[in-house]
Amino acid sequence: MAKLTAGLGMSHVPAIGAAVDKGKTSEPYWKPLFDGFEFSKRWMASNRPDAVILVYNDHATAFSLDIIPTFAIGCAESFKVADEGWGRRPVPDVAGHPELAAHIAQSAIEDEFDLTIVNKMDVDHGLTVPLTLMFGQPAQWPCRVVPFAVNVVQYPPPSGMRCYKLGRSLRRAVESFDSDIDVQIWGTGGMSHQLQGPRAGLINQTFDKAFLDGLTADPYGLASIPRVDYLREAGSEGIELVMWLIMRGALNEQAEEIYRFYHVPASNTAVGHIILQDR
Amino acid sequence: MALEKPYSDIPGTTVFDTDMARRGYHLNQFCMSLMRAENRERFRADERTYLDEWAMSEEQRQAVMARDYNRLIELGGNIYFLAKIFGTDGTTFQQAAAKMTGVSEEEYLKMMVSGGRPPQGNLYVSERRRG
Repeated sequence: MAKLTAGLGMSHVPAIGAAVDKGKTSEPYWKPLFDGFEFSKRWMASNRPDAVILVYNDHATAFSLDIIPTFAIGCAESFKVADEGWGRRPVPDVAGHPELAAHIAQSAIEDEFDLTIVNKMDVDHGLTVPLTLMFGQPAQWPCRVVPFAVNVVQYPPPSGMRCYKLGRSLRRAVESFDSDIDVQIWGTGGMSHQLQGPRAGLINQTFDKAFLDGLTADPYGLASIPRVDYLREAGSEGIELVMWLIMRGALNEQAEEIYRFYHVPASNTAVGHIILQDR
Repeated sequence: MALEKPYSDIPGTTVFDTDMARRGYHLNQFCMSLMRAENRERFRADERTYLDEWAMSEEQRQAVMARDYNRLIELGGNIYFLAKIFGTDGTTFQQAAAKMTGVSEEEYLKMMVSGGRPPQGNLYVSERRRG
């Protein structure tokens, strides 16, 4: 049977991808951020999964306002890197894991989580920036990916608790997949940031650090945070953090924190990162 | 009975909820159309004509032409959709954020590098009134 081995949390700021694509990672503005991911790249080299369930959100790329699925699972064999309006990122297309994705879809829907099944979808920076942070600039991504898109653009997004419980369901799904593969789950987005209006630029380091603490020590307590607290405390776009709770819900409560990193800023955003090993 | 909106007292913040999304549907779909290079070219060549093809309000069209992002947000625009306009203009997210907060790009960058806008005084409208 498949094993869920680790969960990672990380931001997916588009400017991070642009910094890598344009060779700016050693510039003084960017160096401290990329230094913070050096450990993770080494860790990843010796803990490479066969597949990643990559929880992210689409940013008005694959989903316009025509159709807004709360939870969408990508079941295709491959996913093209989207042109978000300023040209495609120079990164490889993403190989899916249709068998695992189909299995998860059936398991989770039977378990009362009504996922939207997507068989054709381009993926944007929300999915490709985390791959870049963990794997650098390879000719092909070294593992297969099940894109798992969550609506956090149009309010209300799913609650933290709903996300946490969904994570548990995803774990059950992985553990009943009849193939001896290692699977990781990544929760992406956040941390505190607001991109819009007169309050743009809000960063709340106290909130972010408490969130990282809670992720390891008190995930259920963290899952109880209401939506309005994210909006108020972590900024209107900081509510992306609910996606980290899907990742956390998929791990054992006793998961071990291997590494964490926090940095302000990347463009308008506080960047957070955590590696949790299941045990 | 109306739904409770506990987020209505967050200063300087418009939450893109279902009411706002309904109001901004055509505006945001216009923005979405700018993901295609040929549409960006047509828009650049004649903004007014291009905007007239969309079932937007005149107020929304004027705000697009003025690049008044705060107004566009009040009129139902969502920032990820509006990003297609400033992408078309070659404006970065950081430049757009500076504009929305009413400071120069340099001042905005300086604020971000020094840790961003602090939460103190920025979480409740009532806090702001107290100054």
